[in-house]
Amino acid sequence: MTKLQTESREKFQAFLDVAFRLTTKFFAFAVLAMLVGIIVELFIGALPSIKAFGWGFFTSTEWDPVNVKFGAIVQVYGTLATSFIALLIGIPVSFGIALYLTELSPPWLKRPLGVAIELLAGIPSIIYGMWGLFVFAPHLSDDFQPWLIDHIGPIPGIGMLFQGAPMGIGILTAGIILGIMIIPFIASVMRDVFEIVPPTLKESAYAVGCTTWEVVWNVVLPYTKIGVVGGIMLGLGRALGETMAVTFVIGNAQKLSTSLLDPGSSIASTLANEFNEAVGAVYTSALIELGLIMFVITFIVLALSKVLLFQLGKQEGEKT
Amino acid sequence: MDAQKSLKTKIEVRNLNFYYGKYHALRSINLSIPEKRVTAFIGPSGCGKSTLLRTMNCMYSLYPNQKAVGEILLDDENIIDGKRDLNSLRAKIGMVFQKPTPFPMSIYDNISFGVKLHEKLNRGDMDDRVEWALKKAALWEEVKDKLRQSGDSLSGGQQQRLCIARGIAVKPEVILLDEPASALDPISTARIEELITELKEDYTIVIVTHNMQQAARVSDFTAYLYLGELIEFGETTSIFTTPKQKATEDYITGRFG
Repeated sequence: MTKLQTESREKFQAFLDVAFRLTTKFFAFAVLAMLVGIIVELFIGALPSIKAFGWGFFTSTEWDPVNVKFGAIVQVYGTLATSFIALLIGIPVSFGIALYLTELSPPWLKRPLGVAIELLAGIPSIIYGMWGLFVFAPHLSDDFQPWLIDHIGPIPGIGMLFQGAPMGIGILTAGIILGIMIIPFIASVMRDVFEIVPPTLKESAYAVGCTTWEVVWNVVLPYTKIGVVGGIMLGLGRALGETMAVTFVIGNAQKLSTSLLDPGSSIASTLANEFNEAVGAVYTSALIELGLIMFVITFIVLALSKVLLFQLGKQEGEKT
Repeated sequence: MDAQKSLKTKIEVRNLNFYYGKYHALRSINLSIPEKRVTAFIGPSGCGKSTLLRTMNCMYSLYPNQKAVGEILLDDENIIDGKRDLNSLRAKIGMVFQKPTPFPMSIYDNISFGVKLHEKLNRGDMDDRVEWALKKAALWEEVKDKLRQSGDSLSGGQQQRLCIARGIAVKPEVILLDEPASALDPISTARIEELITELKEDYTIVIVTHNMQQAARVSDFTAYLYLGELIEFGETTSIFTTPKQKATEDYITGRFG
């Protein structure tokens, strides 16, 4: 190769380097642009509603398309309550699944169980919704809910969560279905992060005389906390935004009730039910503002998870 | 072997065979580890020295395809017949690994964690125990002002001494060291070796090492393993000066391995 050829080759390679860097940069910034774009769009879309109702949007339970009066408290409560129930069910079950798969299960069982969990994650949400409405809800209304009303209903305090008629559908049912839906997500993330814990770290804990539970609770979990919280956030994100399954089983009632057995509605279910029929600028705009609120909720939840991780990190002592 | 007979045996290995699945890793090992002495296992990579060490606290039982057949007697009680409660056994037998493995918690908690599993101590007693263990491991002076910092914030050599302190804090009778200095710099290595010599006053120590000078420096007895068999076992001075087996001599003089 002559000197000239070598030189032009080097130049070409330098050019490729720059081109590659710029291309990846463009992709990375495209995500940011999309995020900003969505926020701006939502805000512009929600402006008429914000102007019409102001902060009252967050305190009113009214949702009256005929008189154009809207408030979001019912939907916000429904979204948060169902997601909270989902986490209450999903986190311990997923933790148990991941713990069994990584620490206790015989090797021949690991793969089939792992695949089963991934398949569960792939089931479309409308299937969960149909199953919830036609199979699960009747069971709830026949067996589980009457028991709740009879036995927990009379207890002061917590009893007020379990009042009313056992209809089968409602906040509780939606929460349980969501819990089932997010289990595969949280469990598979937890399993993956548990597997990356160095075997010698676990052995060290066994070597001072820990039981399996003590190893997982005191060593594996703190070591993997970022991944675990990430998995939970993934599940929570899905629960907050889940539309179809929730719409099927939440009951879609514009009513604020302390009882989890009563029907309610969530932000996503309201949007799914009403967006097509929304007439008039303010009605549409109120729905868009609901979307904006959901966005903000997701953002706050994410921020809280970072704060939580920061606090957990502090407990382990400063890193210098 | 005469000096050895006059000592009390802490761990007695009788006709021990070990299998990784179908692979026969240890073949009919017989060995007596004397109390309050340092016993070193040497041999080329893959000879089974770490495997032998790991049978002594039943660490292998975490893995379903690993199996030990034979007897290991700790104070005349067989520990590998599956009847012994492993958690209390492991409280008696501390272990330190090749790479430092501080738990993801503060320095203080790294030490107190193991103690809490077996004993209920009040705050003051626990403080005393932590200080005692860190002093024993020659780490106290370096960390006494930063006990609340993360164990990860220490240097490699300090982390390893933290792991030793963590093992000592539980008040074991035996300490197993699996190449404890092989990931450390020479200065840290020297400190660990000094520490081993100090610790043998109170503990029975078994150390796996692929560094023969280290074995010669720190141990009272040496076992040479090759291909899963115990070739020679005896006092370190005699093993290194007048080995009885040709294979041992070849390995020690560096003609092989």
